[in-house]
Amino acid sequence: MSISIELKRAIYEENDARARAINETLRGRGIFTINILGGPGAGKTSFISRVAERLHASGEKLAVIEGDVASDIDTRLLRSLNVEAYQIETGGDCHLNAPMIEGILGRMSVADGSWLFIENIGNLVCPAEYVVGEDIKLVVASVAEGSDKPYKYPAAFAKSAACILTKIDLKEAVGFDEEFFRKGLAGTAPGALLLPLNGRTGEGADEITAWLRSVRTRVLEA
Amino acid sequence: MHEASAIESVVKIVSEEAEKLGAAGRVRTVKLVVGEATGHLEEALVFYFDVLGKGTAAEGAKLEVSYVKPRLRCSSCQKLFERKRFSFDCPHCGGQGVATKIGSEFYIDSLEIEDMPG
Repeated sequence: MSISIELKRAIYEENDARARAINETLRGRGIFTINILGGPGAGKTSFISRVAERLHASGEKLAVIEGDVASDIDTRLLRSLNVEAYQIETGGDCHLNAPMIEGILGRMSVADGSWLFIENIGNLVCPAEYVVGEDIKLVVASVAEGSDKPYKYPAAFAKSAACILTKIDLKEAVGFDEEFFRKGLAGTAPGALLLPLNGRTGEGADEITAWLRSVRTRVLEA
Repeated sequence: MHEASAIESVVKIVSEEAEKLGAAGRVRTVKLVVGEATGHLEEALVFYFDVLGKGTAAEGAKLEVSYVKPRLRCSSCQKLFERKRFSFDCPHCGGQGVATKIGSEFYIDSLEIEDMPG
């Protein structure tokens, strides 16, 4: 004899609950948090650097949590730009989760009213499944990765408020099909913006920063 | 790796539920509902379930996975459809399909417990 017990319990319920608590605490302190997804080498750190320059220029405060499987190269790079950066080395885990963010927030000081950028592990698969306390997700994709990414990794795109399209100076060289990419983005993430960026020259970063400021205001006033 | 941390949570939830039931029974089957858009492979889920379940209430239980195919909604004719590879176009009217929540499920549906009366 066996009996069936209905559960309907979400597998990520604990992570989701802890992420909600993190988000409430941060929001209560006027901190706006962005979870940045993207494959390895997509340009996540360059994106943060270019936006950080603009936030610094207008006297805004920011902190960055860098997630990597190993090494603190990105954290050192950001610190060299005077960005307050903290490293999480997951030692093999392919995504950040809410407990990791709880842990590092306890060891770092983020000023009230700051921006908090969380650079996830370079991977378009499981980081899409774990909320870490963010207000919004952004997905960074480079033209060099090809125009089929929204079709191949729909979850990462579907959950993002915007896609930062990087390395746009390489569009011609790699034969990037922007129309195909846009169609894929519209299908996976209706309403998500496509924001181009040349991470080397900073072209596009003013527009991205302006858009992020408008989202921040909307989120924090909600 | 992808499935391993998810299965860690599954084992934890199964253990909690088994504890609630006390000595009343042994977990025979754990039924998951998994949307294909989550990218969780059955072979990997089952493999990690067998490995990570050892020494817990889930040990020896069978993991059953039911998949849900993602469905899009056409922004023109509003019909739901399954997309073809590399296309989001509606097969009925050619309109732009947009993602819905169907296909991103990921939850434990139920447990089958061996009933040991007495």
